[in-house]
Amino acid sequence: MPEAISRETVEKVARLARLALNDAEVTRMTQQLAGMLEHFRDVDALDLSNVEPLNQPIPLTNVLRDDVVAPSLDRDEVLASAPAAQDGRFRVPPIVGFEE
Amino acid sequence: MSPSRRTVVDVASAVANGSLSAVAVLEENLAAITARETEIHAFNLVTVDQARERATQIDTDVRAGKTVGRLAGVTIALKDNMCTRGVETTCSSKILAGWKPPYDATVVRRLADEGAVFVGKTNLDEFAMGSSTENSAFGPTRNPLDTSRVPGGSSGGSAAAVAAGFATASLGSDTGGSIRQPAALCGLVGVKPTYGMVSRQGLVAFGSSLDQIGPITTTVADAALLMEVIAGHDPLDSTSLPQPAPSLAGELGKGVQGMRIGRITDMPAGSSPDVLAQLEAAFDALRNAGATVVDVRMPSMLYGLTAYYLVAPAEASSNLARFDGVRFGVRVDAKDVNSMYGATRAAGFGDEVKRRIMLGTYALSAGYYDAYYGKALKVRRLIADDFATAYAKCDVILTPTSPTVAFKFGDKTSNPLAMYLCDVFTIPTNLAGHAAMSVPFGTGEAGLPVGVQILAPALGEAPMFRVAGELERAR
Repeated sequence: MPEAISRETVEKVARLARLALNDAEVTRMTQQLAGMLEHFRDVDALDLSNVEPLNQPIPLTNVLRDDVVAPSLDRDEVLASAPAAQDGRFRVPPIVGFEE
Repeated sequence: MSPSRRTVVDVASAVANGSLSAVAVLEENLAAITARETEIHAFNLVTVDQARERATQIDTDVRAGKTVGRLAGVTIALKDNMCTRGVETTCSSKILAGWKPPYDATVVRRLADEGAVFVGKTNLDEFAMGSSTENSAFGPTRNPLDTSRVPGGSSGGSAAAVAAGFATASLGSDTGGSIRQPAALCGLVGVKPTYGMVSRQGLVAFGSSLDQIGPITTTVADAALLMEVIAGHDPLDSTSLPQPAPSLAGELGKGVQGMRIGRITDMPAGSSPDVLAQLEAAFDALRNAGATVVDVRMPSMLYGLTAYYLVAPAEASSNLARFDGVRFGVRVDAKDVNSMYGATRAAGFGDEVKRRIMLGTYALSAGYYDAYYGKALKVRRLIADDFATAYAKCDVILTPTSPTVAFKFGDKTSNPLAMYLCDVFTIPTNLAGHAAMSVPFGTGEAGLPVGVQILAPALGEAPMFRVAGELERAR
């Protein structure tokens, strides 16, 4: 089991999760995540060596619809609830030219 | 306070045969809302105009002799994580403020097709993450039975709306107990169907392998009728079971003669004595009605809680990635797209949601997957195996729904782990994909209702409703 979580790890995970946490939040999160991960050590009491993971409760595989054209969502209605739209598309800030 | 406690079954038949008007039913609910909603805060939005228009239309159809559906004039409150076309859907989160879905959830469409009247969208813990509705970005919901206490959660608004007579019934969603626990704390019936029984299309996803929609009602018969309407295969949900809705209403009167009721001998400790006393009374009632009580073991039950609080946040961290300021709700502007994502999500999500996204992202990140998420999935297998062993000996299992009756505001907010313990009896069902429901049975501390939980295997809704019918008669 890994060691208790560090502040640096919390900052890295926040970047992965695209959450711009402030300093106070990082401090609180470091402490709370450590508590939860510590709690998870309870399962070390179990012998899991020969247990298969259960990914989903009801095994249905390759559920596909028939390949026929069907109506889809109305574009204008979808874009009407977006924060910004232009020319029938979602509008976003620049995605290139800025380094993290 | 004497809120209207009309039942779904009575309203539907009386409205359909013209002896009661849909408008009259709705106006009773609206009067109750006017009287108490400021205090209770069950709703994020009350759709008064649409509801009046709809009820009027149903009355017109009845007078014209047109065929009306199985839920004609039945007023329903919808948890605000179910999409309603053109009607704001917030998940009680600031990040979705102002978002109007471009489509109706399948359950919404099915209820509407049968003549239901939607009263409004109910409050919840933000993105359904919580057990008290205290995590809503729009403020908590109060328990109509005692306003110093929580209604439970996360479907707290849906339960409070029915308990206060604001609607005849409601829909909630249940990822780890979010229908059953608030139903128990508000003295109502709440059903978590077998995974895949009810379509999740249009339900804003929290834990996709765990989530199910189900009814919250005043009677078992009402829950059975709503299940018959909302269940059944939906091609728009790839996890929907390819089979029709079960027939349940006929089960309630069958009695429990010869049924085997499981009692967990190694049940996790910590339930209060008043709750355990009602559980014993429920076993006695079923025994008196001809059932046999058999001992079963669930050694993995307590570990289910631990596994759930890894699996659910992991799935949530992935599902909530879609809330990025591009397609829905609000955006905090920034110079580039990554900064915009980070700022939008930091401003839009509340503390509990951030905590679970962080835990889930960590558990799924490189180097930690096997130690956490991988292990949690193995515990999930143990739970399913324990249930399989138990159900070889019994038809259903009885437990408390919640370890305590409704608790006071602030009692558990400072300690996330204490709040999570509310769900110890409800979570294993979701991990296994099974069916379960809570039925009110007697009262405990301060005269507040106690809920008894009936656990059943996958597709075990029929025996579950048989037992529920018996408990309702005996209480």
